[in-house]
Amino acid sequence: SILDVHSWSTGNICLSFCSLRLPGCLPRAPGTLQALCCCCCWAVSCVLQHRPARWVTPSSAWATAEVGCEGTALSPPSHGSCALQSSEDIRCKCICPPYRNISGHIYNKNVSQKDCNCLHVVEPMPVPGNDVEAYCLLCECKYEERSTTTIKVIIIIYLSVVGALLLYMAFLVLVDPLIRKPDPYTQPLHNEEDSEDTRSLAPVPAPAGARANTVLERVEGAQQRWKRQVQEQRKTVFDRHKMLS
Amino acid sequence: MVNAGDMNGSGNLMDFLDEPFPDVGTYEDFHTIDWLREKSRDTDRHRKITSKSKESIWEFIKSLLDAWSGWVVMLLIGLLAGTLAGVIDLAVDWMTDLKEGVCLSAFWYSHEQCCWTSNETTFDDRDKCPQWQKWSELLVSQSEGASAYILNYFLYIMWALCFAFLAVSLVRVFAPYACGSGIPEIKTILSGFIIRGYLGKWTLLIKTVTLVLVVSSGLSLGKEGPLVHVACCCGNFFSSLFSKYSKNEGKRREVSEIFMVSARFQVSYYFPLKTLWRSFFAALVAAFTLRSINPFGNSRLVLFYVEYHTPWRRKTTRLGKYPVLEVIVITAITAIIAYPNPYTRRSTSELISELFNDCGALESSQLCDYINDPNMTRPVDDIPDRPAGPGVYSAMWQLALALVFKIVITIFTFGMKIPSGLFIPSMAVGAMAGRMVGIGVEQLAYHHHDWIIFRNWCRPGADCVTPGLYAMVGAAACLGGVTRMTVSLVVIMFELTGGLEYIVPLMAAAVTSKWVADAFGKEGIYEAHIHLNGYPFLDVKDEFTHRTLATDVMRPRRGEAPLSVLTQDSMTVEDVETLIKETDYNGFPVVVSKDSERLIGFAQRRELILAIKNARQRQDGVVSNSIVYFTEDPPELPPNSPHPLKLRRILNLSPFTVTDHTPMETVVDIFRKLGLRQCLVTRSGRLLGIITKKDVLRHMAQMANQDPESIMFN
Repeated sequence: SILDVHSWSTGNICLSFCSLRLPGCLPRAPGTLQALCCCCCWAVSCVLQHRPARWVTPSSAWATAEVGCEGTALSPPSHGSCALQSSEDIRCKCICPPYRNISGHIYNKNVSQKDCNCLHVVEPMPVPGNDVEAYCLLCECKYEERSTTTIKVIIIIYLSVVGALLLYMAFLVLVDPLIRKPDPYTQPLHNEEDSEDTRSLAPVPAPAGARANTVLERVEGAQQRWKRQVQEQRKTVFDRHKMLS
Repeated sequence: MVNAGDMNGSGNLMDFLDEPFPDVGTYEDFHTIDWLREKSRDTDRHRKITSKSKESIWEFIKSLLDAWSGWVVMLLIGLLAGTLAGVIDLAVDWMTDLKEGVCLSAFWYSHEQCCWTSNETTFDDRDKCPQWQKWSELLVSQSEGASAYILNYFLYIMWALCFAFLAVSLVRVFAPYACGSGIPEIKTILSGFIIRGYLGKWTLLIKTVTLVLVVSSGLSLGKEGPLVHVACCCGNFFSSLFSKYSKNEGKRREVSEIFMVSARFQVSYYFPLKTLWRSFFAALVAAFTLRSINPFGNSRLVLFYVEYHTPWRRKTTRLGKYPVLEVIVITAITAIIAYPNPYTRRSTSELISELFNDCGALESSQLCDYINDPNMTRPVDDIPDRPAGPGVYSAMWQLALALVFKIVITIFTFGMKIPSGLFIPSMAVGAMAGRMVGIGVEQLAYHHHDWIIFRNWCRPGADCVTPGLYAMVGAAACLGGVTRMTVSLVVIMFELTGGLEYIVPLMAAAVTSKWVADAFGKEGIYEAHIHLNGYPFLDVKDEFTHRTLATDVMRPRRGEAPLSVLTQDSMTVEDVETLIKETDYNGFPVVVSKDSERLIGFAQRRELILAIKNARQRQDGVVSNSIVYFTEDPPELPPNSPHPLKLRRILNLSPFTVTDHTPMETVVDIFRKLGLRQCLVTRSGRLLGIITKKDVLRHMAQMANQDPESIMFN
């Protein structure tokens, strides 16, 4: 169906196109029929094989007219193509219970929401014509939508996070003890029940005054601190059995 | 009062890698915060901003931003929490089905998604489609028969073990605080206890990731409790970005309180009413976000509700000493027993929704295998009572087995070192019991419709007993017995059912189960856990009706060493340091002198340490022999003495005091309502002793004949 040519000027999306002035389009004096160049868009409805589709090329279908878009100077695009909408994301599901001697059935079809009713979806109709209304009254039809891209993206992100954690865990457990020599920083951790205060009165185990400047050393420092924290947590949870569920 | 001073802007990006310089005004791990101080700091800050806002437009805008930052934080938290909940939902769906088979067209689809576009039409085949293949079909291309069943069984167990092992190793290596549901610890944190790292970023990440793994592994636990922990971690994360919250422990807890309120927990005493509005807003945002992510589009939405369970004793087995092994063994047992029974093989949430559903004509599960009258032409909603078919009988005994199994295995599962919740398992137990009773009553009504009770209320040929409602009531009763929640529970179930008509039976069930459970024991399971772990949680519900006085509880008792005090201007730095090293008290009262023990104020241990350390490093002339003074002006000193150290700024000049004859009832009330950490006891103005929160809790435990040594933290 073609957009009503009179309705283009009031707030539909064509208005943004109409801010362009095309070459060969001259403004007219006020008082004449149109003071500006106008352009119109055509909205094309694609239906292919009884399934919703969308207009693909040309990317927009619009034309210009000098005369206020009234009249038949314009015609719909003569060429272009439609592409099937992704049929994976919508469906209409009709559940029909057993009726007389017909067993229960479920019908799935990729139709749009306005076509989601018993007459469009249930094919082939198992009952003869005069029973169709009674049968369709029993059927329950639901329109369902989903987003496959969301599912794909989320699952793949989750798997990559788990993979990254696994690799880091393998690194920490297997590789790290081999490449690191025992640090003087990690020794004080073996005092179990020391109060935290004596440790804080004692010199903090960081090079006093000499702040590590390079990024690598800072990262290492942060990692050491984090490992210490995790070890504390582990002691609290696993060894002392104090903090359970 | 001390103000820690503003931090320098945003600083370098790499500054977060440096060790955070411990501010004066932060707290030690495993200690309680001082509510009064946090509250007064917040009021000071607010007053400062308000007074500055009159100076210029920029300051005014900043004050507006500060006021609105609360709502902005809620918005961000709601967004993140909703997103995480959506991710968890999707991932759980997929991984649960991964145990049974895989989708060939796109491996990231769960069973339902894979067969979404299938063209199978009969009821029996609605779950089958060529793209989804069970493991036996994939590996040995056989789908029926004994060998296929055994192969499927074996792979189901393998996947479950793999998920559980991965989860427990991640928890152990990265964030041990991520285990359990987190609700008892959060309740304690909200009451003022400090557990550093419990709401941290690593805990958030690991909890989210491992929650998916453990739920998918088929263990008998729920994910709603851990989700509250996740939401509180999000809250902590965002509130650390705003200075209004990051420097005030009390305000931070307000944020977490929001989520506990959204999860219908007990609102604690210390937070104003505006948390209710904020919680509504946050829950709204989270629900919207979740809905927008949710790809199912129809109506499935997970609600943030938490549930409690029966007064079961926590198990202490030998296996508890080997947490990883414990998880593996329990997972193996769960998987082995759960697979053959179709009611335990599927995920618990699906089971619950199937039990809640009344049988319409469109249902094809075994529970709905009633004998239908073939000549019936009525619409599907008005099915009268029918005799049960063979499917119903087999479903009944399967449900009975599943019920017993679930009760036993849940007791052992809750308490393992993985994220675990209790809502869904307890609802499942209740729903199974309720459904069985419902079916029983329904059949009784059908076969004996001339008994008195049925005659009055059930007309033959009419719909009388709905087993789905019985299942709902059963779930509510089980929850109420475990949690001891009544009002919140009814609201939850009302939300679930969406109608007021079932409120009366639900309320009756909740109240009855609470009474019955109270006859066995006074505490819900989370309170029991708090007690078992020795947290200093002063519950608002505890009553104290004994006639003891403050002198009976205060320290030092008769025969103990006298109180360690600081004097106003006669101790040296070395004396103070010795005192700190020799004792481990959280703070020291400051008196005028050793002779006249009149109280001046109270100084915190941590602040003393930091102030002395700072002074030694920064100030000139401060040595071990320097006098420490807490007065406004330095004392008279002989010439040539080292520079004295003024520590008045860390002194709390208004410590809370009671007299020695104050009844303990009042003292307990004061501690509870004001959130005190310690309280000084005086007589005629002279300092006698000190009462800490731990002393109060121990005294209460002693009065209740519990073991006072079980209170471990202060």
